Amino acid sequence: MSTFRLNINGTIREVNADPSTPLLWILRDHLDLVGTKYGCGIAQCGACTVHLNGTAVRACQLPVASLESEKIITIEGLSEQGEHPVQKAWIAHDVPQCGYCQAGQIMSAAALLASNSKPSDEDIDAAMRGNICRCGTYTRIKKAIKTAANS
Amino acid sequence: MKVIKTRIGRRSFIKSSLLSGGGMMLGFNWLLSCDMNPTKVKALPKEWFEINGFLKIGENGLVTIMSPNPEIGQNVKTSMPMIVAEELDVDWNDVLVEQAPLNTSIFKRQLAGGSQSIRQGWESLRMAGAAAKTLLIQAAAETWGVPASEITAVKGQLLHKATGKKAGFGTMASKAAQLEVPEEITLKDSSDFTIIGTSRRNVDGSKIVTGKPIFGLDYKADNMLIAMLVHPPAFGMQLKSIDDSETKKMPGIKKVFKMKKHLDNYTLGGLDIDAFNEVAVVVGNSTWEVLQAKKVLKCEWELAPEKSKESESWGRKITVKTPAGLESSDTHYAILDGMSQKKAKIVRKDGDPDGMFKKAAKIIERSYTCPFLAHNTLEPMNFFADVTDEKAVLVGPIQTPEIMEKSVSKRLGMPLEKIDIQMTRMGGGFGRRLYGHFLTEAAVISKEMKQPVKLIYTREDDMTQGTYRPSYHALYRAALDEDNNLIAFHVRAGGIPESPLAANRFPAGALAHYKAEEWSQPSNITVGAFRAPRSNFIAGAEQAFLDEVAEAAGKDPIDFRLKLLDRAEKNPVGENNDYEASRYAGVLKLVKEKANWNTKDPNVYRGTAAYFCHNSYVANVLDMVIEKGKPIVQKVYCAIDCGIVVNPDAATNLAEGGVVDGIGHAMYSAITFKEGAPEQNNFDNYRLIRHDEAPKDIEVHFVESDIHPTGLGEPPFPPIMGAMANALYRATGRRYYNQPFITDKALIG
Repeated sequence: MSTFRLNINGTIREVNADPSTPLLWILRDHLDLVGTKYGCGIAQCGACTVHLNGTAVRACQLPVASLESEKIITIEGLSEQGEHPVQKAWIAHDVPQCGYCQAGQIMSAAALLASNSKPSDEDIDAAMRGNICRCGTYTRIKKAIKTAANS
Repeated sequence: MKVIKTRIGRRSFIKSSLLSGGGMMLGFNWLLSCDMNPTKVKALPKEWFEINGFLKIGENGLVTIMSPNPEIGQNVKTSMPMIVAEELDVDWNDVLVEQAPLNTSIFKRQLAGGSQSIRQGWESLRMAGAAAKTLLIQAAAETWGVPASEITAVKGQLLHKATGKKAGFGTMASKAAQLEVPEEITLKDSSDFTIIGTSRRNVDGSKIVTGKPIFGLDYKADNMLIAMLVHPPAFGMQLKSIDDSETKKMPGIKKVFKMKKHLDNYTLGGLDIDAFNEVAVVVGNSTWEVLQAKKVLKCEWELAPEKSKESESWGRKITVKTPAGLESSDTHYAILDGMSQKKAKIVRKDGDPDGMFKKAAKIIERSYTCPFLAHNTLEPMNFFADVTDEKAVLVGPIQTPEIMEKSVSKRLGMPLEKIDIQMTRMGGGFGRRLYGHFLTEAAVISKEMKQPVKLIYTREDDMTQGTYRPSYHALYRAALDEDNNLIAFHVRAGGIPESPLAANRFPAGALAHYKAEEWSQPSNITVGAFRAPRSNFIAGAEQAFLDEVAEAAGKDPIDFRLKLLDRAEKNPVGENNDYEASRYAGVLKLVKEKANWNTKDPNVYRGTAAYFCHNSYVANVLDMVIEKGKPIVQKVYCAIDCGIVVNPDAATNLAEGGVVDGIGHAMYSAITFKEGAPEQNNFDNYRLIRHDEAPKDIEVHFVESDIHPTGLGEPPFPPIMGAMANALYRATGRRYYNQPFITDKALIG
């Protein structure tokens, strides 16, 4: 067990954990930030997507020991009131069914649009391929991303 | 307008505070720390007045409606309150929704399954809203000294036209809350609906997109421990011993022990799964610590003997035999093939099918198979339990809380009144969470630890635990005369461990000579209901076969089906035909029209299918193109008859999801076995459909109807698999018979 200071959503948070603990479990168990979800633990489903210095990454693969000087944004930090264009587009298109994958979908989509403001269908497919939606809301997700891109 | 007596479900209207052990309705506290409702204009009221078990009204006119059923993504949490709100005549913008806890005194059938929530809740939800409105009108009548019959209630406003007296629901709420349940209430005509039939956004939408703690896995309590299980690596094996010497030393670990899910004298209920009854349990302070400790736990496994257990489900007592042995997929497929060649149990016979096959000018015979599937809800199994001597509080994702309450009661030896089950939102159900063994497990662990516990299944635990969709086989034969007319039809279907046959569904009833047989082969691999059980295979197989028969007859596939349905409607064969031919034809005609079926684009390969299950009718046209040598689903058209559609856009979303789900499983997914062990355990080796593999566009149309809602969770899932197979044939020249199609070695020609 060691102490680590992490920059989460613009605030420095201190945690006491084993150095190998993935960010996913630091967020969920130590910091009460449960918006980032567990679906597979092996970076295959995308439910744990967060932003690391602006890039979409899978929190289940980031050991806490490697994160001390990094800027981490979770779904809670995107906009707590849901004002981010991607969140607003998700509401406008009523995207979610069960909703479990959607925080990860939104984080991947937000990162895509931050680096590519007018993505093509192929760009969207490539960026979103790592996020599984078991309920099958893929067509709505694509429409919402395009709406967010145009807003 | 329909005036009905409130004799049905009268107890629903009794306030929960008057019931012994009541007050549970208002007890779901942990969510109150979240901003309930960031988009509403009104602030929360100072006081709530409980009108009946379904709803309470604030002095400022806000209304909280309890959503009774578990929410798995089918969005009953929006549509069930919409039905209450309609009859209450409140403005939907003034409605807040809360998940009701399990409360069998107030709510009937708090269950998610069988596509029945709206269908079975339709009347009681309407009555709840209408009864509350009646009390509000009565309160106004007494306050104003005017007859109730002269008062109207529209969008939360009460008005006495003659005198101009008016008041909001909030003003009359406290008085209404003291009035007796009305004897008679009036329900609206469907032509007067202003909420039902309009699209309303998901009531949890803003919480979902901002990552609020709403799922079972998100639930926390003070002093809570984390628990995980270790189950045998293969079906047909059992736990012999555990060596926890390394595990106990791991940081954060509290206890390691063996646990039996069911005690030896327990009679299995219909939703009790009997695999891996004895498991190892690891309990610790945090998820990562328990995961690390689990890795070093040494377990010794041994072969499990054949078992015979008493089971009682839905009033029937049967003995369930579980064979011994370690099963492999190649044996399974040999069994499917072998059994399909043997005569089986005839379930239905019309006319003289054997005679007609002997006379046939041509016989088409085809075989179809599908593998076991894991449900793979994206949120894995989990449940929270806090068990003391006085009570058991259980919180988490469960489709069947009422049934599981009984299992927990038996397992703990605790009376039902002491057990409180709260339902969180679920990250998917698909039938997996009908089987709530994880509630019992969490309760037993909490009792052992004398502390609150959250039990978590890892993805690997979940995917290899069983409760799979069975592996099925269907053999179809069609007899044709010299003019390629269909003169007799034969289906022999079976599976491991159950048959998928629905003998009385179309084309039964449309054909003078018809035979349906079924068989099954026991297995120690456990199975459970998977979205549209049995239909989820047989629909695709049947619809792909009909495509071949239509082709042999030189007929358009839709017209071919319509002609048979015409016969079934005008001159049905036999009794017990499990469908209404005119409604079945209705969805085919609608999809034919909406898909512009008669326009042919040489670059677009079209497949069609239709099916009736879980009380609703669905027809599809799937448009496939070839891009860079790969088949791409460009567009899917869906025509659906599910009666009155409560929330059209949400219903469209659900149908879209069913289409994606159907294509995905038919194309990509399978659980295979080697010596009893599942060969897949995570998403790197079990393939689910992904973003770029989904149809580029899906268009959904609903038949306009006055029929009471018939269900939509399952019906859009089965037929698209047939449409996919049929489109693949036109696009590639090959027919696909064995799911998952991505690995099928199809016959040519």
